Amino acid sequence: MATSEIQHTALTLHDQLPILQVAIPLLAAPLCVLVGQRHAAWWIAFISSFAAFVISCLLLVQVTDGSYISYEIGGWAPPLGIEYRVDALNAFMLFLVSGIATLILPFASASIGQEVPERNHTLLYSCFLLCLTGLLGVLITGDAFNVFVFLEISSLSTYVLVAQGAYRDKRALTAAYDYLIMGTIGATFFVIGLGFLYMATGTLNMADIAARIAEQGDNRTVRAAFAFILVGMGLKVAIYPLHHWLPNAYTFAPSAITAFLAATATKVAIYVWLRFMFGVFRPDFLFDVYTLQFIILPFGLIAMFAASFVAIFQRDFKRMLAYSSIAQIGYMLLGIGLISATGLTATISHLFNHGITKAALFMGVGALVFYSGSSFYDRLEGRGRTMPWTSAAIVIGGLSLIGVPGTAGFVSKWVLVQAAFEKGWWPIAALIVASSLLAVIYVWRVIETLYLTAPAEGAARREAPLPMLIPLWIAALSCIYFGFDGVFVVDIARTAAEGLLTSPTPLPLLEGN
Amino acid sequence: MWEFIVGHLNYWLFCVLMMTGLYIVVARGNLVKKIVGLNIFQTAVFMLYISMGKIAGGTAPIFPTDMNVDPNVVYSNPLPHVLILTAIVVGIATTSLGLALVVRIREEYDTIEEEDILHIERDIVTAENQSHGGAMGGRA
Amino acid sequence: MRHHLILRVIVKLLVSTMILYALYVQFHGDYSPGGGFQAGVIMAVAFIIYGIVFGLRKVHAVLPPWLVHKLVALGVLVYGGTGVVNMLQGYEFLNYGSLTPHHPEHGQHWGILAVEAGVGITVTGVMIAIYYAFAARPPRMSDEEW
Repeated sequence: MATSEIQHTALTLHDQLPILQVAIPLLAAPLCVLVGQRHAAWWIAFISSFAAFVISCLLLVQVTDGSYISYEIGGWAPPLGIEYRVDALNAFMLFLVSGIATLILPFASASIGQEVPERNHTLLYSCFLLCLTGLLGVLITGDAFNVFVFLEISSLSTYVLVAQGAYRDKRALTAAYDYLIMGTIGATFFVIGLGFLYMATGTLNMADIAARIAEQGDNRTVRAAFAFILVGMGLKVAIYPLHHWLPNAYTFAPSAITAFLAATATKVAIYVWLRFMFGVFRPDFLFDVYTLQFIILPFGLIAMFAASFVAIFQRDFKRMLAYSSIAQIGYMLLGIGLISATGLTATISHLFNHGITKAALFMGVGALVFYSGSSFYDRLEGRGRTMPWTSAAIVIGGLSLIGVPGTAGFVSKWVLVQAAFEKGWWPIAALIVASSLLAVIYVWRVIETLYLTAPAEGAARREAPLPMLIPLWIAALSCIYFGFDGVFVVDIARTAAEGLLTSPTPLPLLEGN
Repeated sequence: MWEFIVGHLNYWLFCVLMMTGLYIVVARGNLVKKIVGLNIFQTAVFMLYISMGKIAGGTAPIFPTDMNVDPNVVYSNPLPHVLILTAIVVGIATTSLGLALVVRIREEYDTIEEEDILHIERDIVTAENQSHGGAMGGRA
Repeated sequence: MRHHLILRVIVKLLVSTMILYALYVQFHGDYSPGGGFQAGVIMAVAFIIYGIVFGLRKVHAVLPPWLVHKLVALGVLVYGGTGVVNMLQGYEFLNYGSLTPHHPEHGQHWGILAVEAGVGITVTGVMIAIYYAFAARPPRMSDEEW
């Protein structure tokens, strides 16, 4: 063995940011278990997700101009080594996911305390951190197989988190089981797709795969790969016909967990979709040859209407919101189906805006459940008077869900309508407005229950505890803030969308084998 | 024709195993059997990957200790094996988590037959509908 | 509980051999097939077979469940900690070359040893934890009812 002295310039903390984004929550999770004390575990979880949030802000600032940061794990250069690649799209998503996690944890300390027995808390926070690690990892990595690994880290911990709802309702167990079966089938389909991609290209680095597919053009292996990846991730996204696991999982999971999952998990799956559709496969190819918009567009539209209809007839607030999530995913699909920079901008900004809106709403439900013990409408009657602050935040979230001007939901729907008009597809624009009207109905039912009915006899005015109320109001106020200052979100979303539509910078290919 | 069948043997086996697994997951009502089906389904994928790394006449990709690699020796591609090692671990985690859920389900529902569970859950929903009344239709 | 004499004697002989073999697979993983995953499973099997034959109470005395949970966490921390050490030395996460900057190949040997130790500890812990979790559930019927 030759002694080789390699000159090395030491990396600074600043250079290490991409890996710290994932490594901090990853290492915090076992630390929780080692410490084994639930208050300490909460602090570890909170500090590490806050650190992840700060890092995501630092990363976001660096890439808003459309550039990207590359980090080589273990010093192995891509395409052989695993590369972490941060660009506007995933920096923005990292910002959302780590931000929501930081917001949910204080809420969780109160809500979990009531819904899950104390002996489980340490492990639950550890699972929460693993789930966060998985989601952040999926977002940040530039390696296709690494996506699968992180996806399964987050999915497996999600199943555990959902099953924790069993102490309130035993149906959480079957919900988690269904989710496990569906999620595993989805993930396995995804791996099959990756296998075909590897067969076709001999590489796993996403940018490298993209370059090689562009080189060799269309073939059956690539097509099969795309089909498997589309369906596999579609299960995790919960696109309309594959959404069966979602309502039960969201309804029976502990409130804090539902809020976290609803705001992040499906969004991350949509990110993977976007990344593969536009960053790995060639979009012109997919949409011209495979006529993708004739698959995605109709499913998006069906989801918008069918799920909204079902949501109207729910009697359980939490379940209603779960169905509304499926409907909102429809809007995001619509943005993808329009295949234009504006359409993608709408999808990405809706990812963000809907994320904070749903976080606010599900935290609101959690706060209501804290005293009423159940989220059925008849148990929530008159809560507008007994819990005014919680109810007001829910109303703000509801308005943002509808897309009332001045709220975050309006901004992204507005961009979506613009995208439809850009294409000259005005019927689509009309359908977007029509399905928003359905949202008015189901949100009105909540407002009616909260404000226009008499509270139960002898119900004292009793506000949710502060650790719940503060995150709830931060989420609600950010719904309003991003509604008035939509430029911030839309600008980043546009940079991200344009980054997706221009072909990624190919890596220097390795010569020969 | 014969070459087509034999030449793609690994793919045929992959297809058969994968469909067997998927069929069991869909068609069997027993929750444990579903997990077994899922396992078979995942095993099919392991086989797909491992057969992908096979090179005719290739040997195990382990270099001799003195690192004097004979250029004439063909090594099979180790990367798919490594990838699938990860996928196997994921599979184990999924299986054990799934079985753990089945154990908990049996403790709560006293059955692991899907139909019985659906029946029990329907009863719960009916009871909820009655107790939470309300003028609006639809299931709770 | 005095029956199964042959089983008990053989298991007593086997357990120590298995642990030894696990350590061999663990530390020889650099040069031959093996490594943390395989070694961890073999190590866990030694404990599991002891538990199956001598009863859960006996194996709990050797390796209490809380310790197993800590082991799982400890292994992950050893793995990640190696990466953190690399980072503190100014190299990329898990760039083992940093351990001996003048001779990166040596550093890689040390690094992979540390990482595999982490994997081995975690896999042992996870496997035993899974066995404990299932075995410790109260059975529906006792052995005599069969």
